[in-house]
Amino acid sequence: METNELKVLAGENPLFAIKEIVQRHNAYLGSAIPILQDIQNTFGYVSPEMMMRVSDFSGIPVSELYSIVTFYAQFRLEPIGENLIQVCHGTACHLAGAEKITEALQFETKAPAGGTSPDRKFTVEKVACIGCCSLAPVMNLNEDTHGRLTPDKVKKVIKARLKAAEAEAESKGGSKDA
Amino acid sequence: MRNGNPTVKVGLATCAIAAGAAKVYETVKESLKDTDITLERAGCMGMCYSEPNIEVIEPDGVKYFYGNLTPEDAAVIVEEHVKKGNPVQELLILGEGCQTEDASFLSKQHRILLKNCGHIDPEDIESYMAVGGYEGIRKALTTMTPDEVIEEIKLSGLRGRGGAGFPTGMKWMFTRQAEGEQKYIVCNADEGDPGAFMDRSILEGDTHSVLEGMLIAGYAIGASIGYVYIRAEYPLAIRRLKLGIAQARERGFLGKNVMGSTFSFDINIREGAGAFVCGEETALLMSIEGKRGMPRFRPPFPAQKGLFGYPTSINNVETFGNVPRILHQGASAYNSLGTEKSKGTKVFALAGKIKRGGLVEIPMGTTINEIVFAVGGGISTGKPFKAVQTGGPSGGCIPANLGDTPMDYESLQKIGAIMGSGGLLVMDEETCMVDVAKYFLDFTKEESCGKCTFCRAGMNQMHKILERICDGEGREEDIAILDDLAHKIKMGSLCGLGQTAPNPVLTTIRYFRNEYDAHVKEKYCPAKKCKALIEYSIDPEACTGCTLCAKQCPTDAISGQRKEPFVIDDSKCVRCGLCINSCRFEAIKVTSEPRVTV
Amino acid sequence: MTTISLNGLDVAAQEGATLLETASFYGVEIPTLCYNEGLSPYGACRLCLVEIGPPHRSRLVSSCTYPVREGLQVRTHSSKVMQTRKLLIELYLATCPSSKVLQDLASSHAVTRVRFKQKHDDCILCGLCIRMCEEQMQAKAIGFVGRGAERRIGSAFNKKSEECKLCGGCMYICPVCQARCQGPEEKSPICNACLNLSPPCLDSFDDAMCSLTPCAACEIGKVAEE
Repeated sequence: METNELKVLAGENPLFAIKEIVQRHNAYLGSAIPILQDIQNTFGYVSPEMMMRVSDFSGIPVSELYSIVTFYAQFRLEPIGENLIQVCHGTACHLAGAEKITEALQFETKAPAGGTSPDRKFTVEKVACIGCCSLAPVMNLNEDTHGRLTPDKVKKVIKARLKAAEAEAESKGGSKDA
Repeated sequence: MRNGNPTVKVGLATCAIAAGAAKVYETVKESLKDTDITLERAGCMGMCYSEPNIEVIEPDGVKYFYGNLTPEDAAVIVEEHVKKGNPVQELLILGEGCQTEDASFLSKQHRILLKNCGHIDPEDIESYMAVGGYEGIRKALTTMTPDEVIEEIKLSGLRGRGGAGFPTGMKWMFTRQAEGEQKYIVCNADEGDPGAFMDRSILEGDTHSVLEGMLIAGYAIGASIGYVYIRAEYPLAIRRLKLGIAQARERGFLGKNVMGSTFSFDINIREGAGAFVCGEETALLMSIEGKRGMPRFRPPFPAQKGLFGYPTSINNVETFGNVPRILHQGASAYNSLGTEKSKGTKVFALAGKIKRGGLVEIPMGTTINEIVFAVGGGISTGKPFKAVQTGGPSGGCIPANLGDTPMDYESLQKIGAIMGSGGLLVMDEETCMVDVAKYFLDFTKEESCGKCTFCRAGMNQMHKILERICDGEGREEDIAILDDLAHKIKMGSLCGLGQTAPNPVLTTIRYFRNEYDAHVKEKYCPAKKCKALIEYSIDPEACTGCTLCAKQCPTDAISGQRKEPFVIDDSKCVRCGLCINSCRFEAIKVTSEPRVTV
Repeated sequence: MTTISLNGLDVAAQEGATLLETASFYGVEIPTLCYNEGLSPYGACRLCLVEIGPPHRSRLVSSCTYPVREGLQVRTHSSKVMQTRKLLIELYLATCPSSKVLQDLASSHAVTRVRFKQKHDDCILCGLCIRMCEEQMQAKAIGFVGRGAERRIGSAFNKKSEECKLCGGCMYICPVCQARCQGPEEKSPICNACLNLSPPCLDSFDDAMCSLTPCAACEIGKVAEE
């Protein structure tokens, strides 16, 4: 089952989706991490309830799952905002002023360090090097990478994203009405 | 008029896409829609500073290379050059009759490993096979015994490119000799060093060479299963690996009876989940086993008891990439390059304050100055060259006056740095070395697995001291305490992370002691970086009273009358630098003055 | 049998034994915090570090995990070892100053100052309780959470675990909380009371007093307060 199909299934019946994911991986050794990765890809985060169900289906003790989830930076215990911003804090980006970019982002989106804005529109995270050092400082906004940032450019990117989101919402709302 | 059609290639690696190459590709594709001209995707040329790139190859083989393109530029190139045959001189950076400085970026390099990157289509196995791909494994399977393969690798002098430089042939021999009904090959693609992107570029630009290297290793040590452990942060590389594995399986290069022989081998991918320590080989094995990535003690070494308890050889992406070349062209061709103890070439990710940053491949033993000035074109800001940092958080800062140091395992170790995986960061005068040391410690402190006390508690204390120094609250004895801690953490830590993590501090103390003294004794930051030790002010002569800075200031620290010089209230200023970026008259000054303490 | 050189003496060691086991067999005492005979070795506390190899190319390894090897040179109390161990005790004291075990280690190693910023944790993350729970009780009720400086020990989601059998094994085996030192409070991270007794405890009894519970120095302090 592809990720998209899983997402649909997760919306209809989360328990089935979790069972499907566990069964897909259970055939091999050391499947705990790939299972949790799939859970996160499907649901967007890994909640205590999901971990308990994974434990039920796979037999991996829940303390072990929790241990793993808190060890690796990739896993999130809470859902993220509508837009995920990852600011690269690699060395090149640090020298080029990643700190200022983060500050500007937090100022612009009102999201606290490493958290989600009160309006749940943006989550701002620090990440390790994303390997685009020649474009430093760099950030990922959802799927897109933006390079050679300045605090000013950050403002523009955020405003553009908000505008685009509004337009999306309008067209969706519009089609529903029609 | 030319005979036949030219070929057009657009570089589509992660950094290229970030620079806007996807739009360039779309534009070119759109404008070539109704022609027979072939458009190809290519990996990273390594000229990251000039991305997005387009390469046009004439039917007679003459190549033209364009850089720093916008989609509009791309449209012009297609119309004028590709369709009509008139190269667009003003956009050209390499090519016939084109005299740019960029040519020296490539001419000073010696590309063996990166030869294919940017030239072949990484998503097409045929493209790799057309340049001799999979000939190395064919040669091994048809004409060599596993022991002969190991002998050949030993003869080549290849050493692990992950940083420590352990001889690859020896590692394979130990794994071959170890007893075990199952054996594994693991490719370490968990490139976590901030500032390093060699492995990503190779995996994105020449995927199949790594797969072939793993196949050869599998044949040599008698393994039937291989794992690629790759960072989840590299989605494009993961996609290309999956595609590459599928194509190789289709051809019978992977799976049962590789190329019709009795040797069977298959490769699985495991995505990392965001932990730097998993680049350490035993932590990596723990992670593949589905556990917290915590380093195991050695002995037993992975060659004896590795993945799931079976003998395992773990090598880095770049190491595997070298293997097919060695088998294909012979060990002697490879070991003719480099120095006495460090053979072959090494790929570096050149970044920081450098004019031409990107991927460079040079023979071992090339000096730092040659890389920075001849290949990289010198400092981008025009300010004096201060230092290079090698090896990321495990490496050290090498001052400009040691620029004649050859880049090889032994020479770098002698001056307190390490080769590392190949990150090479150039710093100019504006870089505060205490801040750099603090940055790396901040990173390793977070990324330490926290198992052993030296690394967890020791690094934490070191970080606290460095923070104190940067905040202007350093004490005289702090530098001695740092030095003491650093040496003992290095000696006493469990794994490679802790054993090398103090290096950035040790080298900066060794070579930039004056900067530490300035922070501690005179409470100022020579590079004007440390927020607690600098002041922002407005030059009344230069200020035009345009009000732009006051509008930008998030804390309302700037006030004044329109068309009169503005002033900054130091007690409100948070030194965010937004005002400097907004000022068009360079009126905002940052100062840091020595304060003599009693 | 394997022969190793232990502090300059050639001794026979059981094949497959660790350096720590061999040393304690010959009565050479090496301090440990995360080691327990009944549990798998872990190598995390680093206190049992010993120096191996020829002097000019020697390195430090944790003796609880390092197996004996024919002809291996081992020094358990060389100056390199002792200096490193002292710094380690200093680091521990900056984390958990209220542990009697750690205060006793400080006294017996003559650690008389702590140069680091002090915390008042009650865990040194030796992992004995986790291994006890998993290996002896087959419960896996607790585990490590987080990493780096944020690493701690806990149950899943910080809730009471369903697997916990309330056996108390974790508390029994804990080296830090088993006997709380009554001596030092906020004033100083280090007790060293027995070093400061007159005549000094170390001079007259070596470190004998450190094994007395409760600590004589604390008792004197209490009497004085009353």
